[in-house]
Amino acid sequence: MSTIPGFVVERWTRLSAGTSVMVAVVLTVLAFGPLLFDANIVDRFTTLFIYVILAVMWNALAGYAGLVSVGQQAFFGLGAYFAIQLSYHGISVYPALVLGALIAGIISLPVSLLMLRLRSGEFAIGMWVVAELAHLLVNLDDLVQGETGISLIALNAYSADNRRAYNYWMALGAMVILLALVFALLRGRLGASVQAIRDDEDAAQSVGVRVLASKRIIFFLAAFGCALAGALWLATSITFQPKTYFGIQWTAYMIFMVLVGGLGTFEGPILGAVIFFLIEYFFGETGVWYLIGLGAAAVAFALFLPRGLWGTVEDSLGIRLLPVGYRLRMLGSDADARPPPD
Amino acid sequence: MIWVTQLLNGTLLGGYYALLACGLSFMFGVMRIINLAHGDLAILSACLVFLIADATGISPFVAVIAVLPVMAVIGWALQRWMLERSLRAGVLVPLLTTFGLAIFIENGLFEYFGADTRSLAPYIGDFAFDSFWIGGDVYVGSLAALIFAVAVLLLGGLRLFLDYTPLGRAIRATAEDADTAELVGINARAVYAIAAAIAVASAGLAGVFLAMRETFSPYSGPMQLIFAFEAVVIGGIGSLSGTLIGGIVLGVAQTFGAQIDPKGFLIAGHVVFLVVLAGRLTLNAIRARGGVQRLFARRP
Amino acid sequence: MTLLGVEQLDARHGLLQAVRGVTLEVAAGETLALIGANGAGKTTLLRTIAGAHKPAAGRILFDGADVTAVPAYARLRTGIALVPEGRRLFAGMTVKENLMVAGAHGRPGPWNIDAVIEAFPLLAGKLNRRAGNLSGGEQQATAIGRALMTNPKLLLLDEVSLGLAPIAVEAVYRSLTALMAEGATIVLVEQDIGRALGVATRLACMLEGRIILQGNAKDLSREQVTEAYFGLQRAQRAKS
Repeated sequence: MSTIPGFVVERWTRLSAGTSVMVAVVLTVLAFGPLLFDANIVDRFTTLFIYVILAVMWNALAGYAGLVSVGQQAFFGLGAYFAIQLSYHGISVYPALVLGALIAGIISLPVSLLMLRLRSGEFAIGMWVVAELAHLLVNLDDLVQGETGISLIALNAYSADNRRAYNYWMALGAMVILLALVFALLRGRLGASVQAIRDDEDAAQSVGVRVLASKRIIFFLAAFGCALAGALWLATSITFQPKTYFGIQWTAYMIFMVLVGGLGTFEGPILGAVIFFLIEYFFGETGVWYLIGLGAAAVAFALFLPRGLWGTVEDSLGIRLLPVGYRLRMLGSDADARPPPD
Repeated sequence: MIWVTQLLNGTLLGGYYALLACGLSFMFGVMRIINLAHGDLAILSACLVFLIADATGISPFVAVIAVLPVMAVIGWALQRWMLERSLRAGVLVPLLTTFGLAIFIENGLFEYFGADTRSLAPYIGDFAFDSFWIGGDVYVGSLAALIFAVAVLLLGGLRLFLDYTPLGRAIRATAEDADTAELVGINARAVYAIAAAIAVASAGLAGVFLAMRETFSPYSGPMQLIFAFEAVVIGGIGSLSGTLIGGIVLGVAQTFGAQIDPKGFLIAGHVVFLVVLAGRLTLNAIRARGGVQRLFARRP
Repeated sequence: MTLLGVEQLDARHGLLQAVRGVTLEVAAGETLALIGANGAGKTTLLRTIAGAHKPAAGRILFDGADVTAVPAYARLRTGIALVPEGRRLFAGMTVKENLMVAGAHGRPGPWNIDAVIEAFPLLAGKLNRRAGNLSGGEQQATAIGRALMTNPKLLLLDEVSLGLAPIAVEAVYRSLTALMAEGATIVLVEQDIGRALGVATRLACMLEGRIILQGNAKDLSREQVTEAYFGLQRAQRAKS
């Protein structure tokens, strides 16, 4: 049977090539951050990087694997907790952050054995129960002293400036690596599998997609990412109070960032994180008003703009900035075909 | 002897959980929506009753009669304006919108009431502490017994309503197959709205009893949601009598856990929940594969 | 007297155009058999007439009124009842409850539970059986009975013989023939051409969403209908 003539499948367009170059430039500039920016700005960027990590991880779970988790704060808290434990057992601070996150990530594997067999609503609250249980168990540890918390005193070995720089670079590095991982996964087989699962699990299974295995990989990645974010947060705030780290507000932030930015898109969560960061910067001082606004915004976006800001832009302009999908170009015409919906 | 008392207390606590879980279970049974704002709606109701009792001195038991219809209307409005749209948009969207609503309600209540914990206990006088004697040296809290009785009445009443009234049958039909229900003349949208009204009103009732039993704050909602959810899952999703059993199991587990160690109250509940969940999933897997031996056989 | 009028009806099923420009009329007391292969659009057409499916274009006139915009549950009260493909009983409810629920929301009229048992004797004694536990034939009888409880003026039947043993099909058609004899207006979707020609007064054949053959049952030969069913006329025209 001859191949259908008249079109070619490609992954890169001029636009996405251009964007990739820009991204490389921006990252290079950011890499020099601590040398270029004010102390204040360096701190803020670090926070922004952590938000991006959280948003991208939650989006990977919900937007790509179709798993809405209301309990990722479990890993956020566990990452910080294990980092502190390792540090108090003599491991050097910055490696301890990564190792702590890794331990939390590994814990997600047995958790996934149970959780991934649940249907969507049960999974959502089930993860919340896991988070609550993790919180309670961590509180039992004498090291943590209940809700009083404890500080990562090993950080005091570094000067404030160095600490700031190291935190910044670690957060930047973590963000870039996690983004690259998600990008690579999406471009690869897992990306196609996972999106097939999201669209129609039974159909995906019938064409040979290993549903459970694919979900587990994403679940592990999201756990590790959130745990790393928690460890990084610990590095920036130095103190570990279980209530703060295991609080539901982290999920609220993640949901807001992803819904506003664009659920199921690659660039969306990044945009959402930036927006959230700005809102927190300007309105954080108003107390809970901005939380009320976040809740209302989440509802509004979920109902009326389900593709989020970026998703809507993508849909109406038919563009993809970063080459995550496939494009069908009809040969012999200048107009590119619209990219397939994610 | 202490274990008998604790068993009794745990069971009565289970009555509260069953009352709380009733609305969550009902909404899920009819509309397949898990309302993540369920706990916060209960707290909202408690706050409203508190406002009335505080301002007018009316007993909460009377004030609740005014607040329940308000909660029913809120449930109706929620369904019509938010949940209906959410359902159409996909299976994940109701989770996102009800979560957003939960955050909205909690923080809205905090903005209005502040962080202080409150209680309706002062407004019901001695009843909050009354107990009556059962036998031996076992006493049972009057309030706890009342809550248990209300839970049984509500669950039983709901069951009778669903089984023997035309509206109840219409709800059951719509819950099974909304499309076909429309084909036999049932207005599915109206049925959903009524079911939501019932669910939220019952959450409201539970919230008021919670406020009488203990203290509450604007952020108490999520914990109640988790308890309700655990009770529903333990008892088996979709069964009203299961909700009562699930509530009792949860209550007893928590009470026994607290007996072992004060910190054990919550942990015991969560652990029992996870164990029951894992057990049920394993049983289903075994059944699906055709028996225990087949469970470990290699897939063809 | 025309009871049902369908004018230039278009209906989509997702992205697929399932019904294209269908126009037909059903007079009171008639039995119209709608035949066609799977995917021809018959179920979508019936569901659109019943109001369960929104048309993209066209009109539906019933008993002198334009009901195109009327939702399904309200349309039932004007007198259109559909027995859906696959029976779609409320499996968790008993036979009696299935009948009661329809009776409570339908039009007033002569049909009640006793009348349904009379029309479908195989249901006698099974009223308290869970609908999901019935045999195929019993389920079909319950489904038709459920529609009858609403006292319809027009009864739409979608593939009542689907999945039934021949003996059960016989029983169903015996009851249907009795209904027809009493003057009921029926549109019935049927894959079995012979049976369709046997009970219907008029016949319409659908292919890919369009009606390509219409006429009185007694005027149409089996060969004509078979050709239309398989779209052979079109193929022949294309060849020549």
